[in-house]
Amino acid sequence: MSSSIFLGTRKGLIEVQKGPTGWAIARVSFPGVPVPMLLRDARSSLLHAAVEHGHFGNKFHTSADGGGTWEERACPTYPPKPDDVPDTICQMSQQPIPWALKKIWALAPGGADQPGVLWCGTIPGGLFKSSDDGQSWQLVESLWSEPRRAKWFGGGADWPGIHSICVDPRDSDHITIGISCGGVWQTFDGGATWANDAVGLQADFMPPDQIDDPDIQDPHLIVSCPAAPDHLWMQHHNGIFKSSDGGTQWQRLHSKEPSDFGFAVAVHPQDPETAWFVPAAYDDMRIPVDAALCVMRTRDGGQTFEACRKGLPQEHAYHLVYRHCLDVTADGRTLVFGSTTGSVWISEDAGDSWERLSAELPPIYAVRFGGG
Amino acid sequence: MAKVEFTPNLARQTLAEPCTAAGATVAEVLASVFAQQPGLKSYIIDDQGAVRQHVVLFLDGSAIVDRRHLSDATRPDSEIFVMQALSGG
Repeated sequence: MSSSIFLGTRKGLIEVQKGPTGWAIARVSFPGVPVPMLLRDARSSLLHAAVEHGHFGNKFHTSADGGGTWEERACPTYPPKPDDVPDTICQMSQQPIPWALKKIWALAPGGADQPGVLWCGTIPGGLFKSSDDGQSWQLVESLWSEPRRAKWFGGGADWPGIHSICVDPRDSDHITIGISCGGVWQTFDGGATWANDAVGLQADFMPPDQIDDPDIQDPHLIVSCPAAPDHLWMQHHNGIFKSSDGGTQWQRLHSKEPSDFGFAVAVHPQDPETAWFVPAAYDDMRIPVDAALCVMRTRDGGQTFEACRKGLPQEHAYHLVYRHCLDVTADGRTLVFGSTTGSVWISEDAGDSWERLSAELPPIYAVRFGGG
Repeated sequence: MAKVEFTPNLARQTLAEPCTAAGATVAEVLASVFAQQPGLKSYIIDDQGAVRQHVVLFLDGSAIVDRRHLSDATRPDSEIFVMQALSGG
């Protein structure tokens, strides 16, 4: 049972703690500065935060005392572009994809048998690895030099980006990543080689003959069930998909009520058939359907979904929940999500009912339960 | 030795001490500054060595011309101000 929550927001990192009177905001770090991503690493108890200065670029900070004090560590940095390497031209914009960090969009710990290993997904599509808890980073050249990267393009962002990193708890060298818009890529050798063999995804935003191209899919987020890692859930731009074979075959689920569009997904850490989503009206709207906010839950692997509305505003609610803004505790009982309009809700009954922590916060980019 | 100063907004985020540094170009002067204050470089320079998009370098009262290679020539008594652009906030 976790008693702390960390919120990466447009205006700093906000820590929420559960005390005798309930959940309450306890501390703010980096006030005024965007924190697009954070990671609390259970192996090391270190707390890592991506800090994105509007003028001075992206930085990476680490706290060894749960957010009390911070130390700036190395930030993933793209190597100098060799003169003899041609630009990779984005097919949609016809512009060269930059060799420069635009955003830290995903952070994940390596396996339990790899202390110190961190993975970092970025916009414009580079994956980085650290072997020393963020003291240094190396671009994963094998993926960056993959010729099929030329097919990737940006979704909501100008450039493609890696937002999902799933390290297989059974095999730390097996890693699945999600790219908007670049599909589902996997390595089975710790990042030396990569393949995208996903079948079944459908990109309705492409011309008909390219809908099933695996390299242009727009997964918004991919999560794997820790207790059953072959079960992966995906909130895709065009619906909800599930894989039960480790991410190769994907099945589109029919969850139209109220909507199968959205960004966030969380899977029950022990039950691969239970997952939560925060739906929104389709991509030309990006607000709750009928301005009534709900969390959508399935407990049967996506055969049926239920809309959980108790405690959530049902009139004139214009919250959008970004992809990294829904989290669940290890027991699958406590959930938290935060919105673009600065509200945070917590459920302590697996999503049946929700209580608002605050409606006064900055736009929220990342939500993660802490330890203890 | 050129004189180099920084916007207080930068000094609020990282060590950014006003200093003097030698060099015939802005790139050389800043290389000397970064040798003195290594944590400062990534706040001003991007991954490929150019000035960050939302940072402005003033050399003797004018914004530098070569933001990619920082080849603008400096004099021994030059003054460089590292400012934040109005964009990017």
